[in-house]
Amino acid sequence: MLLLLEQCLNGLQFGLLLFLLAAGLTLVFGIMDLVNLAHGSLYMMGAYFAATFVERTGSFVAGCVMALVATLVLGIVVEIVALRRLYGRDHLDHVLGTFGLILFFNELVRLIWGPAGLTLPLPGWLSISVELIPGIYYPTYRLAIIATALLVGISLYLVVMRTRLGMLIRAGASNREMVGALGIDIRLLYTLVFGLGAALAGLAGLMQAPILTVQIGMGENILILAFVVIVIGGIGSIRGAFIAAVFVGLVDTVGRAFLPDLLRLLLSASAASTAARALSSMLIYLVMAVVLVVRPAGLFPAPGR
Amino acid sequence: MTVSWLDLRRIVVAALVAVLLLLPLYSWASGDAFALTLFTRILILALAASSLNLILGYGGMMSFGHAAYLGIGGYAIGILADAGVTSGFVQWPIALAVSALFALAIGALSLRTRGVYFIMITLAFAQMIYYVASGLDAYGGDDGLTIYRRSTFAGLIDLSDKVQFYYLCLALLLGSLYGLWRLVNARFGLVIQGVRSNERRMRAIGFPVYRYKLACFVIAGTLCGLAGALLANHTDFVSPAMMYWTRSGDLIVMVVLGGMGSLFGPLIGAVALLVLEEALSRVTEYWQIVLGPMLLLVVLFARGGIDGLIALARHD
Repeated sequence: MLLLLEQCLNGLQFGLLLFLLAAGLTLVFGIMDLVNLAHGSLYMMGAYFAATFVERTGSFVAGCVMALVATLVLGIVVEIVALRRLYGRDHLDHVLGTFGLILFFNELVRLIWGPAGLTLPLPGWLSISVELIPGIYYPTYRLAIIATALLVGISLYLVVMRTRLGMLIRAGASNREMVGALGIDIRLLYTLVFGLGAALAGLAGLMQAPILTVQIGMGENILILAFVVIVIGGIGSIRGAFIAAVFVGLVDTVGRAFLPDLLRLLLSASAASTAARALSSMLIYLVMAVVLVVRPAGLFPAPGR
Repeated sequence: MTVSWLDLRRIVVAALVAVLLLLPLYSWASGDAFALTLFTRILILALAASSLNLILGYGGMMSFGHAAYLGIGGYAIGILADAGVTSGFVQWPIALAVSALFALAIGALSLRTRGVYFIMITLAFAQMIYYVASGLDAYGGDDGLTIYRRSTFAGLIDLSDKVQFYYLCLALLLGSLYGLWRLVNARFGLVIQGVRSNERRMRAIGFPVYRYKLACFVIAGTLCGLAGALLANHTDFVSPAMMYWTRSGDLIVMVVLGGMGSLFGPLIGAVALLVLEEALSRVTEYWQIVLGPMLLLVVLFARGGIDGLIALARHD
């Protein structure tokens, strides 16, 4: 029971990280109609920036803030140099162009930081555990991730639903020509949205960095999970991305933790461990398949799409 | 009398096929065994890319998980060889049948969606199969499975002989291209291309669009399974890495680089991409830093691929 609670918290934490990544992806797709495979590269760059800046400055918070700004700037540069030219083109062009960017970024990282991974050590005040309820200790850092991601998620919702900028973003998603005709600089808006998405991806990357190692290709596997999230949630919908991300995070984490024991009730020990490994990796894809069979446009399809 | 563009394209294709036919001779004369290995690989991947071209170029189905069938075909060979079944007459039909079954299941689910959902769901299914293969501890898991004996064909052909294997790959590739040519020009292919241009209209006319697309998807998957069976025999090894999602990306690159919806495009693209990779990797260890932006440039400025450039040359 205690283990279940802990795994649920882990799942929530992973799901919220996925949400940060998926939110950027779904914003960029919903507004610019751009399939951005290189989103995972921005996640990776965020982690590398953080590892570097934290080491240089000696301060965890300052390093992370600098990394966030650096990812934002990088996102804006990538948008202006390359992706801007892809708007309005075929999805196949997006896939190929951003696939090229992935190759570029992976190799760039290998050139600058070398093939070995980096680590991002946590400061003392984040690497302790707190007692949540009597008997249950949980790492402060994971709690901090949950709090940060929730805070960012709520702010994102408020920005998109309650501010003038958010109104323009939503207007751009439903009818870009009309927004342009009303005198809004749509190119600037697009660049801003892309930068925002990049910063969110960078934030997810740098928050994940202390838990896993910072390495080349770290953005690719999680990018595919983020795709699964936005497909389940409905492409273009932030609310859908949030619900689906938490759901996928929980299913994946809890499945990995408990499937082996569950299958051991039915199968022999060795067969169960093999089957559980395969099945727990497959679980969220199965969920996605079921969702798509029942609702081909995801659970919360964005209106007008 | 100037050369018309159609003739130019024919000349390029004929020259390419002639080079491919004579390559073992060059390899034997110059002692460059590596060229033969490289081009065997190119032929196999060209076959896989051609199968992708059927759904991507002709059918407009943007599958991002096509490398899965390379892996499925390969693993079918590997697992059977591991179980002691080395006869190609048993192995290969099973590899094709398993690929077809997987394509049927994946296609039946994926084709319910369209557009970007289709891209992502095919990608996700391919990753799912990748993880299943990584979890197959009995067959090497992540590390892959070594194949100790190549498929045997009752003494008709010896796959361990590099030249014979090369010509087998070439024959299968050219045979498949002929089959694809017949297919896309038959009624079936015309319906598929009609669906690509305007699916709603085809449905309104009364074609069972879903069934046509599914059949097309299964044919492509099966053909790619054949390429997987060849690849397993070529490398004597199968591993989950052969169906990692970047592999699917490579196949798309080949198709687009060569020219989508053109019969010989994927072959031209496979030759161009792999020779380019080979050349760049001799210049610098960090060759992908050149290849990545190059892809972006092709997407931005040369949409028809190499085949499109050849067609453009008629204006000069």
